[in-house]
Order: sequence, then structure tokens, then C-alpha cells
Amino acid sequence: MHLDHTHTGPAAVSADSARPDGTRRALRIGLGGPVGSGKTATVAALCRALRDRIAIAVVTNDIYTREDAAFLLRNAVLPPERIQAVETGACPHTAIRDDISANLEAVEDLEDSVGPLDLILVESGGDNLTATFSKGLVDAQVFVIDVAGGDDIPRKGGPGVTTADLLVVNKTDLAPYVGSDLGRMARDAAAQRGDLPVVFTSLTGADGVAPVADWVRERLADWTA
Amino acid sequence: MTTRAALLVLADGRFPAGGHAHSGGAEPAVKAGRIRDARDLEEFCLGRLHTTGLTSAALAAAAAQGLDPLALDEAADARTPSPALRNAARRLGRQLMRAARATWPSPELAALAEARPRGAHQPVVLGLTARSAGLEPADAAHCVVYETVSGPATAVVRLLSLDPFEASAVLARLAPALDRVAGQAAEAARHGIDALPAASAPLLDISAEAHAAWPVRLFAS
Ligand SMILES: Nc1nc2c(ncn2[C@@H]2O[C@H](COP(=O)(O)OP(=O)(O)O)[C@@H](O)[C@H]2O)c(=O)[nH]1
Ligand SMILES: [Mg+2]
Repeated sequence: MHLDHTHTGPAAVSADSARPDGTRRALRIGLGGPVGSGKTATVAALCRALRDRIAIAVVTNDIYTREDAAFLLRNAVLPPERIQAVETGACPHTAIRDDISANLEAVEDLEDSVGPLDLILVESGGDNLTATFSKGLVDAQVFVIDVAGGDDIPRKGGPGVTTADLLVVNKTDLAPYVGSDLGRMARDAAAQRGDLPVVFTSLTGADGVAPVADWVRERLADWTA
Repeated sequence: MTTRAALLVLADGRFPAGGHAHSGGAEPAVKAGRIRDARDLEEFCLGRLHTTGLTSAALAAAAAQGLDPLALDEAADARTPSPALRNAARRLGRQLMRAARATWPSPELAALAEARPRGAHQPVVLGLTARSAGLEPADAAHCVVYETVSGPATAVVRLLSLDPFEASAVLARLAPALDRVAGQAAEAARHGIDALPAASAPLLDISAEAHAAWPVRLFAS
């Protein structure tokens, strides 16, 4: 029998909160939600809002390109060595939930190469309403939907809307043009989520990401407490 | 035999070791028009089985048997001329190592992880994983030959929207050949590192190099 648990190499268990050298690892926050809801825009805005005080890196999970990573690079929200793209084999939800090994590798490589880091944002490839992150990969998850995808999405629920640690309803600036009722979205979300928080954002406005950035700062304060 | 279920756990496509993001060369073969239907898939798999499959299965059997994993890792490098495929094999080896140490921890796995923190070749890690799970060299070889063909089959279902029943039928038709190649691999491993097969597939090597440079692709390899 091989029951020896004294690992000397890298941590085998993904949820370990310490790195192999005993220091605290970065807080990992996942951002999921349908394609086009504003995940990459939220990641970019968070980096701009937080990067002066917090050491951040980003992992993207594109479905078939490196488009998200390329967008972040082009907009220079972080130095290139702090952005890693994971390839998902046409199955973005598998890479964040059922088989998280490539994402864990990316997260650890970032900590090894540019660490110590305070925060790693993991953006999912964009999927349907059922895609959530494994607890073995992230410590907290944000689900980003938008008002243009239909104001009945909070009512429809699904694991992302119902269980994410933060629900972001983005693109509120578009609500008048697509006939979305923000009050109804807020009521439906509250009914689905109980006490879990919901914020409304418009990333076109100045500091539009502030409610999400504030929530991230609270999570970081809890993590380092 | 009390280890059969452990073999199923290890061979299950849902075992979280990163394989889902790799097509085993099927993506470039589809793009080049070499795989268009189930019959092409079967031929592709057969070719892969008798080349890469045999070589990898023998490496895994040798590791499961207890031959030096670092020497086997070098033997795997020598048998993998394409840098893109070496890179993929080491990445997959590192990912499998994580899953293996969480499922069947052993001092031998820990030692290999420490000696090759960036990953040893996947078949070597697989063989050592099988050993840690109490499996036989022939089990490790079976596991490798099966993933040699099941990886491309799954990928082709996604790439061509091939009927999944047809893809499974292809795998079933290949089963006798899989058994034979696994047997050859396990037998070769009994004769030591220098006797391990070195069958290669130049077209897979060349297309892997081209694929690694594509700007847009669904699979990592
Ligand atoms: N009007 C408006 N457009 C937005 C907002 N947030 C993002 N977008 C746009 O929506 C599109 C998709 O955003 P992106 O972040 O790439 O979505 P992702 O697929 O979820 O990563 C882009 O063209 C963004 O510029 C917003 O708050 N308001
Ligand atoms: Mg995106």
C-alpha cells in the first residue's frame, strides 16, 4: 500500500490555501456567464481599478482563440507576463469545473513566475447558464449577465445565477434600448438568491466597475484576515 | 484480481487529468481533410495505435513495472522528435501527476514530481500512477492504448459533429487490436529500457508542429 502523505514536491491538493513554501497563495476569483455579457470588460476594469494597490494576474479560458487574452494585452491592463490563456478543447465548462488541471497549472505558473500575487482572476470561456467554477479552482465566483440578454434571465435561474457569490447585471446603460426592466431583474434575482449579493453595472460610465471592485476588496480583506 | 475497478477509474475519460483539451492529432487531420467520417477516424486511430500508441504503452508498462522513471522519461524524449508533442506530453504528464497524487498518493509519484516539476512524459506518469494504484504493467499499457484512440474519437465527435454512436462503434471495432498492441507493449517492457519500441508517425509529428502554430484552434494538440 502506498499511503504516504508526506509530499515534498508541489501541493497535490488544489484547494490548499498555502503554497509549497508555506506562504499564502493568491485569492482566486472566477468570472463566468454567457458569451458577450461583459466578463472580459469587467476583468479589464477590475485590473485598472485595483492594480495600483494589489498584485493581480489573469487566466483566460477562450473557447477557440486567444481573443480575451489578446484584448487584455492590447489594452495593456496588466504586463503580458501576468496574463495566461488556457486552451479548453471546445469545452469551456469542463476546464473550469470537471477537469480543472490546466487552469490550476496556469494559476500556479503565474504565482511561480510573477508572484507573490494577491489576486488571480480566472475568466471562463463563456458558456450557458449552468456553467460554474469548481471550488478546487476558485475561492469565490462572480456570474456576469447583461440586460440585453433578456430581463427574464434572473427569473430562469440556473446554478450561475442562483449560487454565484456575486451576481453582476451588466450593461445597464442599454436597458432603455432593449426594454429591460431593471426593477424586475432585481426582484427576480433576490428571489433566486436570498441573501447573496447582486450589483448592477455599466462599464461605459466612469468607474462603472466600482460595485464589483468593492466586493473584490472585501473578499481580499477576508482572505488575508 | 481485485484491481479491475481501479483500472476503470484511471481509464475513465472523466478522470481529471487534462486530456479533454487534446485531440491526439485529430484536429489537424480533420482540417487537412484526412478525417471526414467514421471510416477515416478508424484508419487514423489504427495508425496512431500502432505507432505512438505502441511506443507510449510500452513506456507506461515499463514505469508500472518499476523501471527508473527518469530513465524512461529520457527514453520518451528520444522517441518524441516533435517539440510540440514533447511539450504536450510533459504538460499532460504534469496534469496527470496532480490527479494521481490526489487519488493514489505514493512516495514514487512524489519523487518523480519533485524531479520533474514541469512534468514528465505523460505515459511515464501514467505507468507510475498505475503502479501506485496497485495495477499491473499490462493494465497501464491497456490504459494508454485506449486513450490513444478514445482521445481522437471524442475530438472528432466535436470537430465534425460525427454521430457519437458511430464513434463508439469505431472504438469497439478497434478493441481486439487494442488488446494485441497492449500485449506487445507489456511484453516489450519485460526486456528492459533498451528493448522498448520506438515506432513513430512522421505525419503526426509534422502536423502537430503546424497545429501548434495555428492562431485559432479548438484543441491544445
Ligand atoms: N453598452 C455596454 N457595452 C458593454 C458593457 N460591458 C461590456 N460591453 C461590450 O460588450 C461586448 C462584449 O464584452 P466582453 O467583455 O468581451 O464579453 P465577454 O464575452 O463576457 O467577455 C464588448 O463589445 C464590450 O465592449 C457595458 O456595460 N455597456
Ligand atoms: Mg471574454
